[in-house]
Amino acid sequence: MKSAVVLLPGLNRDRDMIAALTKISGQAPATVWQTDTEIPDVDLIAIPGGFSFGDYLRCGAIAARMPVMRAVAEKAAKGVMVIGVCNGFQILVEAGMLPGALMRNSSLKFVCRQVKLQIANANTMFTRRYQPGQIIRSPVAHHDGNYFADAETLARLEGEGQVVFRYAEGTNPNGSINDIAGIINDKGNVLGLMPHPENLIEAAHGGSDGRALFEGALGIAA
Amino acid sequence: MKARITVTLKNGVLDPQGKAIEHALSGLGFDGVGQVRQGKVFDVELSETDKAKAEADLKAMCDKLLANTVIENYSVAIT
Repeated sequence: MKSAVVLLPGLNRDRDMIAALTKISGQAPATVWQTDTEIPDVDLIAIPGGFSFGDYLRCGAIAARMPVMRAVAEKAAKGVMVIGVCNGFQILVEAGMLPGALMRNSSLKFVCRQVKLQIANANTMFTRRYQPGQIIRSPVAHHDGNYFADAETLARLEGEGQVVFRYAEGTNPNGSINDIAGIINDKGNVLGLMPHPENLIEAAHGGSDGRALFEGALGIAA
Repeated sequence: MKARITVTLKNGVLDPQGKAIEHALSGLGFDGVGQVRQGKVFDVELSETDKAKAEADLKAMCDKLLANTVIENYSVAIT
């Protein structure tokens, strides 16, 4: 299974994502730059975390309008899996590929710590290696992770099982509605989440709870 | 032609920054301050001379980039 990582000025978790994909899949992902209009033939496209374009205007707003994101949307429409982590999630929301919005943390503080996540839907390409309701650990590091959607959108997300990750056991770090940490699109191939599973994939990270997400998406045996 | 675009949070959308400002104002002794909501202002210069066309362009700019209409409203004023 092949993967690609989107590079944009101001991202800073791109190397972590490349390292995780390389270690888990055994081959280095292709990289695509913001001005690229074509993405190689891959099974998974990852948009890493960071502060693309300095978070100017709104987090992810400028990045979402770069040419490469049109190419990502075209691939997603053809069924290619897309994962956006942290700023990548904000970019997918700003690009209209996922519903809702990510607002300033309710505490107004940047949070950098480990949280607990509940697998709210284990029936996705990304979470099929977890058990329904399983609690896993994951680091978070963000200032704008407070997920918001209007009542109608929220009801649809909850009703259709599009809420995939929820902050568990009182660890919601940002005030997100319904403790939402990650959602998937209605087709089930575009996932966005604020936590960083790519930073918990091996013993050196202090745990490997995030590894199964990439193994599931890439169809790699554990 | 010059225009001013004002972007504000929709009613019902929590504004923690506005809340913090509200508390800071009362801390400074400004009594009687009700709710404070924070927004953004964009001053835009345009070469367009037709007012109706400029207004249409400015609204398109808001819809496509300057406002996130999931959580924000905008207003356009040509000055």
